[in-house]
Amino acid sequence: MTPSLSTASATADTFTLGPLQNGPACCIPTPILSIENLSLHYGDKPALAEVSLDIYRGCITALIGPSGCGKTSFLSALNRLSDLIPGCRVGGRIRFGDADIHDPAIDLQGLRRKIGMIFQKPNPFPLSIRRNLEMPLREHGVDRQDELDEKIRQALTDVGLWDEVHDRLDAPALGLSGGQQQRLCIARAIVLEPEVLLMDEPCSALDPLSSAVVEALIQRLRGRYTVVIVTHNLAQARRIANYAAFFWMREKVGKLVEFGRCQQLFDMPRDDLTAAYIAGISG
Amino acid sequence: MISSPNNISSRWPADQRLAVSLGLAAALVAAILGLVVAFLSKESWPLLRDIELTRFLTDDGWHPTEQSYGMMPMLTATLAASFGALLLAAPLGLASALFCRFYAPPALARSYRRMLGLLAGIPSVVFGFWGLTVLVPLIARWEPPGASLLAAVLILALMVLPTVALTSDTALGAVPANWLHGAAALGLSRRGMLFGVAIPAARRGIFAGILLAAARALGETMAVLMVAGNVVQSPSSLFDPVRTMTANIALEMAYATGDHRASLFVTGLLLTALVLLLVLGTLRNTGEHGHA
Amino acid sequence: MRELIGKPAPDGPDLALTIAIWGGAALVAGSFLALLGDLLWHGAARVSWDFLVMAPEHAGKTGGIGPILASTVAILAVALLAALPLGLATAIWLSNFTRGGSLLARQVNLSLDVLAGVPSIVFGLFGNAFFSVVLGMGFSIAAGGLTLACMILPIFIRSVESGLSAVPDEWRRGAAALGLSQAAALRHILLPAAAPAISAGMMLGIGRALAETAALIFTSGYVDRMPESLLDSGRALAVHIYDLSMNVTGGDQAAYASALVLIVLLLAINSVAQTLTGRFLARRISQP
Ligand SMILES: Nc1ncnc2c1ncn2[C@@H]1O[C@H](COP(=O)(O)OP(=O)(O)OP(=O)(O)O)[C@@H](O)[C@H]1O
Ligand SMILES: [Mg+2]
Repeated sequence: MTPSLSTASATADTFTLGPLQNGPACCIPTPILSIENLSLHYGDKPALAEVSLDIYRGCITALIGPSGCGKTSFLSALNRLSDLIPGCRVGGRIRFGDADIHDPAIDLQGLRRKIGMIFQKPNPFPLSIRRNLEMPLREHGVDRQDELDEKIRQALTDVGLWDEVHDRLDAPALGLSGGQQQRLCIARAIVLEPEVLLMDEPCSALDPLSSAVVEALIQRLRGRYTVVIVTHNLAQARRIANYAAFFWMREKVGKLVEFGRCQQLFDMPRDDLTAAYIAGISG
Repeated sequence: MISSPNNISSRWPADQRLAVSLGLAAALVAAILGLVVAFLSKESWPLLRDIELTRFLTDDGWHPTEQSYGMMPMLTATLAASFGALLLAAPLGLASALFCRFYAPPALARSYRRMLGLLAGIPSVVFGFWGLTVLVPLIARWEPPGASLLAAVLILALMVLPTVALTSDTALGAVPANWLHGAAALGLSRRGMLFGVAIPAARRGIFAGILLAAARALGETMAVLMVAGNVVQSPSSLFDPVRTMTANIALEMAYATGDHRASLFVTGLLLTALVLLLVLGTLRNTGEHGHA
Repeated sequence: MRELIGKPAPDGPDLALTIAIWGGAALVAGSFLALLGDLLWHGAARVSWDFLVMAPEHAGKTGGIGPILASTVAILAVALLAALPLGLATAIWLSNFTRGGSLLARQVNLSLDVLAGVPSIVFGLFGNAFFSVVLGMGFSIAAGGLTLACMILPIFIRSVESGLSAVPDEWRRGAAALGLSQAAALRHILLPAAAPAISAGMMLGIGRALAETAALIFTSGYVDRMPESLLDSGRALAVHIYDLSMNVTGGDQAAYASALVLIVLLLAINSVAQTLTGRFLARRISQP
């Protein structure tokens, strides 16, 4: 475990995410997910090929690239949500810690608990705010009411929703605003104490103000969680990410063109395509 | 290369058990059709084994206790009643659908649709009873005895009309509005728009509705039994009393034994085969299996 | 869409068409109202509390329909008890556990499509041969109810299936991404969201079962006494109407009254189904 993570747990009882906002210490590059030669097909149609990269523990990795180059597909391969799509086949190797996520013996539910996911469109369940968090906890074996209440309070505080909703926890979650719904979804993911959070354009369905709130929240998640975030907002990627991966379509197949530290990728891209894309003249 | 398995049920043991038990239930449902066909065949077998299939069509008259199994008059009656009913129900049903979509003000269209739904839900025995007490005496005043092919045709038409109307209504509703706008922009008359654009675009759905109605008419028992007079004969006029195959089963099943009973199951098999053709035709026609 | 058609052009054929269509609609509505009015007119005089609870006398000419209502409810209960769990399980399996591509899924779909079209008298033959004779239930409420269960399965399963498939995929993905089991997703999210469709399907099934006559004549039989067990024969309301009008001279009054009772029951069920379906649709539309 990295020093930053122990710092996180040490302060978790007081106010969780505060001290970690601005430390480069979180970015000691220990891979938590290693992707080797990943390929992904929808039926006969390849969507991704030859993708190899490491996701580093405690860091924020941004995935950028034009529409349709396979970023969402890549994310859904990481928690095997691609299993849900008929005809979707994944090849290559993905290691999560010591385990191969395609190992037939793996506990898939356990894997998905450890690798949480946030979708582009907020998708709270049609339940009350409280039940949205309580139900997954109970399903994962948390039974004691005081423990449940405490975890729910903690998660809502972490995403900055507690003050806004603590007096209406039993109101329908679908009655919240879009930004609140998205933060609730983040709370729903982190209440299960995952190690990795996959975020697919989490701000793109939100207005600029809510978007800024969610962005600040993601910043605060650094260190405590490993975050992989897809974004079309290059400025946002630059603001929040430690690492960046640039995907591009070659012969109608998504490929990883460049992966590196965020600053390096934006300021000194090694690949001409990357340079062109970042300069906004690609097309 | 490792491929992730393409199934949604996961390795959660509870989920696997769930998938297996739900699959068993589904298999049971799939087996029902098999059971129906198997039992109809089993009960028909004693007769089918002994006599030529063609005898059901060529035997002179229906005297099953004397080994004469001519179904031709009843088959004719069934087909005549169903065909006559469709001849009335198809245009009226289509008119009803056009009325809902293009003519009635929205509120009226809603109530009219609601009424069609209710009409579709009225039990066949109530149609039969109403036909027996109201329609048959009316026809008898005109041309006795009243209980006749005509009565069967009228009652069946009323019964299957909602099927045609509601299916066509849905099909017409699915015609893209801009096609109609386009037709309007061309200055087509209302008639030209309906017959040139709307109905051709919805023809598959309308046809499917007519096929479904045909299946319903062929299989209808009670209403026909109560108004058609039940004399086994090939009708020579609309006012002749007739007996359909379904009515025959209902009338004779109560006392039939041995080969006679078997002959009724043969009738049932024949009806099922007819309906099966229509259903498969509908599925083929709409090109959807809907659930694939 | 009415406005799309524009004002009728003042030429002859268009006017004739308008008249034909309004005329056709009026004819259909007229027949419906005539039927309903006739039942109401003749039936209302006889329907009373006594009629609903008393036993039939003189083959049903006088007395009431108490035991017949009891048998009807019993047959319905057997049918629902058999069809609901089986149908729910099959619908869930079809919509969540198979991709329609498997052999069994195709078999199930074919079976449902064909069963939906099989004439009810054929179900009667099957029920008689299978439940009454082979399984030894004789003419009984159990045999009739099970036969009806086979009949209403397709309509119920299709209803539930459409309800489940209308549940937004985001919720399925959301549940899977949280590591919830299929069972948990079904229990907490999918089934509650599909509840209106499930109830609507159930109502449709009840309506179909209540209206059925031909499938019951040779399975649950004619006996109009109060049934004492599920293995007793029991006469359903629809069978009662048939018997009164065909086999009992002078039974018309009682038949009218019974028909009215049946229609009122069906109308009530139909409106509940409509409301549920409407609510279901409204909910689908109001979702963000
Ligand atoms: N369920 C699916 N079935 C078939 N093809 C799919 C499916 N999902 C995505 N694809 C195809 O795979 C390719 C990659 O899609 P993906 O959604 O991963 O792109 P993306 O980079 O996330 O795009 P965007 O930035 O627009 O979200 C696209 O060509 C898309 O058409
Ligand atoms: Mg995407």
